[in-house]
Amino acid sequence: MNILKFFTAGSVDDGKSTLIGRLLYDTDSILADQLEALQRSNRKNDDGTIDLAILTDGLRAEREQGITIDVAYKYFQTEKRKFIIADTPGHIQYTRNMVTGASTANLAIILIDARNGVVEQTIRHSYIVSLLGIKHVVVCINKMDMVDYSETVYSAIIEKYKILAQQLKLADVTYIPVSALKGDNVVQTSEHMRWYEGESLLHFLEKVDTDHLDRSQLARMPVQWVVRPQTAELHDYRGYAGRVLSGTFNLNDKVTVLPSGASSVVEKIEFFDEELAAAHAGQSVIIHLKDDVDISRGDTIVNASALPQETKLIEADLCWMDTRALDTSIMYNIQHNSKVTKCKINEILHKVDINTLEKHPAEEFKLNDIGRVIVKTADALAFDLYDDNRANGSAILVDTRTNLTVGALMFRAAVE
Amino acid sequence: MSTYNFDYLDELEAEAIHILREVAGQFEKPALLFSGGKDSITLVRLAEKAFRPGKFPFPLVHIDTGHNFEETITYRDQMIERIGEKLIVGSVQESIDQGKVVEQTGKNASRNALQTVTLLDTIAKYQFDACIGGARRDEEKARAKERIFSVRDEFGQWDPKRQRPELWNIYNGKIHKGENIRVFPISNWTELDVWNYIRREKIELPSIYFSHEREVITRNGQLMAASPFLNMDEEDVVERKQVRFRTVGDMSCTAAVESDAFLIDDIISEISASKISERGARLDDKVSEAAMEDRKKGGYF
Ligand SMILES: Nc1nc2c(ncn2[C@@H]2O[C@H](COP(=O)(O)OP(=O)(O)OP(=O)(O)O)[C@@H](O)[C@H]2O)c(=O)[nH]1
Ligand SMILES: [Mg+2]
Repeated sequence: MNILKFFTAGSVDDGKSTLIGRLLYDTDSILADQLEALQRSNRKNDDGTIDLAILTDGLRAEREQGITIDVAYKYFQTEKRKFIIADTPGHIQYTRNMVTGASTANLAIILIDARNGVVEQTIRHSYIVSLLGIKHVVVCINKMDMVDYSETVYSAIIEKYKILAQQLKLADVTYIPVSALKGDNVVQTSEHMRWYEGESLLHFLEKVDTDHLDRSQLARMPVQWVVRPQTAELHDYRGYAGRVLSGTFNLNDKVTVLPSGASSVVEKIEFFDEELAAAHAGQSVIIHLKDDVDISRGDTIVNASALPQETKLIEADLCWMDTRALDTSIMYNIQHNSKVTKCKINEILHKVDINTLEKHPAEEFKLNDIGRVIVKTADALAFDLYDDNRANGSAILVDTRTNLTVGALMFRAAVE
Repeated sequence: MSTYNFDYLDELEAEAIHILREVAGQFEKPALLFSGGKDSITLVRLAEKAFRPGKFPFPLVHIDTGHNFEETITYRDQMIERIGEKLIVGSVQESIDQGKVVEQTGKNASRNALQTVTLLDTIAKYQFDACIGGARRDEEKARAKERIFSVRDEFGQWDPKRQRPELWNIYNGKIHKGENIRVFPISNWTELDVWNYIRREKIELPSIYFSHEREVITRNGQLMAASPFLNMDEEDVVERKQVRFRTVGDMSCTAAVESDAFLIDDIISEISASKISERGARLDDKVSEAAMEDRKKGGYF
């Protein structure tokens, strides 16, 4: 059985939390005592039925205001699959929390209120989905019960979204008309929309093929920790512990250690009490090399015949996530896997206007702004382009004055 | 390329190991909070997988309420002996003796809430900058909101409205002096995942997780182990029942369930069929809708 990680996006009140509540409720994933707590709660729908959104709106402030502020993670499973859901906030003020929930997902559900159609937040979130390179998108046209389950309304909205999807190069988009409140097309297909010939959301999620396996040749393992027992019997033991980001390391593979550039050969791969013939993307292992090279945390072991980029100037997309604006005159820390070094934003190339998706020159970068920049790092990073290798093509910016995570970077090009 | 089988337990395990190694790499003085329950026992196995044949780069810390099931203490001491790692015990009784906290009175008195003070004192005494805990997001709705690296201020408080963004698998462990990070490597595991993992790894557990006969009383609709730590009066009728515990905490706030599950397979089928959540067996969460959120804001695990 494998895991599908997905998240819900869309504008405020489009019904993201309700949809997740509905998915959990209709798959019988809510336990009796939790249900009882829901029934006791005083947040009810107008017709007295329980408000399913409070299943994920777990904070006091959220329940009081009836909105989602931060991501909630929910877990359920059917016979076919395990699911990890991130319910993200729709309000623009909390976009950084939406990005948090989206960054680890492999599928996005974008909700659109059938009464309002595509709105600014739909565009913003779809844009973020495309930036983050999330391959699968399901667009749920929600609240169909409020538009008489009308096919005309549905078709008009999806025609509009298709243009957006094309602009954003979203390749795999599926459209489903739903009512999160009433349950139409969420788990069961709807009696009210016989004109819709597709499957229910759950059936789609159970089947969608998000092949986790990384078949790229880009074998990469950032070293997180050096295991050195220094005991009498393990005196010379020196293992490099890390998680394989991408690709595969086989025994006897030729590897290069960056940034030093030293080359060696994989001598042994250990996983606790086992010795492995290969380490694949996703696995946390210990690698031993034939040669005695100086390696510490922050270094990366890579396939010698498919080297990453290595520059100090990188063109990247930046999502700004702090209330304090970007300051191009100061140094930030950039954290790229296990490597931390200083950096500056050398240049703002453009900012994207979310309404028109047009690029404008900009001086300023404020909370929730997205655009393209040139980063200059103190030490060279061993990175790949985000589109080739998400895991090794992303980094965060940390403000050393506040220690807050202030930016998300997706590497787009090495600048020579 | 060779094919390989990487199922959901492997994925959860690899993620947890990655997180543990990030703690080792990013902090000066981390600690692993060990409660004696199945989740922290799972953490210990994951730490073995992350750092063996080396030593753990952190001690285990047990916040001892003094109201323990004897079985968990026996288990703890045997485990420490087996793994050969350092154990630090923070004692709630000591905090009471020092007058830092006051024992609750009344029928539902419990030392659960007092633990927070002892925990914060222990963190301050040893200057821990990161504390690894076994909390899971499926346990409770406030936990479902928490980051894997969760910043606590000088007073141990969690501020749910000011959580840092946490992107991809990059964890920002930078803090100011006095602050502390709580790290939750098994955030994405469910109760059933933990049990399936324990079965797969053949991990031994304290015997109270399995069916046994015990003297219990029924209180607020729940079965509580009869013990000197529970304030009992004439109204409480002691019965002998076949029970087990789904979660292990302070004796005065952990309820038992009636069960004949002697083997881990029985437990897994019992949980799969169960209609009650694990936290449903804890009185401490029943107090109000935001009970957990409030305790976390006050410095609780
Ligand atoms: N009639 C109708 N109402 C719905 C439907 N889905 C959601 N709602 C209502 O819309 C309101 C907002 O729903 P939420 O699920 O909280 O919206 P959200 O998208 O999670 O909002 P934020 O997280 O704050 O951005 C609630 O009052 C829901 O009951 C639907 O399918 N039909
Ligand atoms: Mg919501």
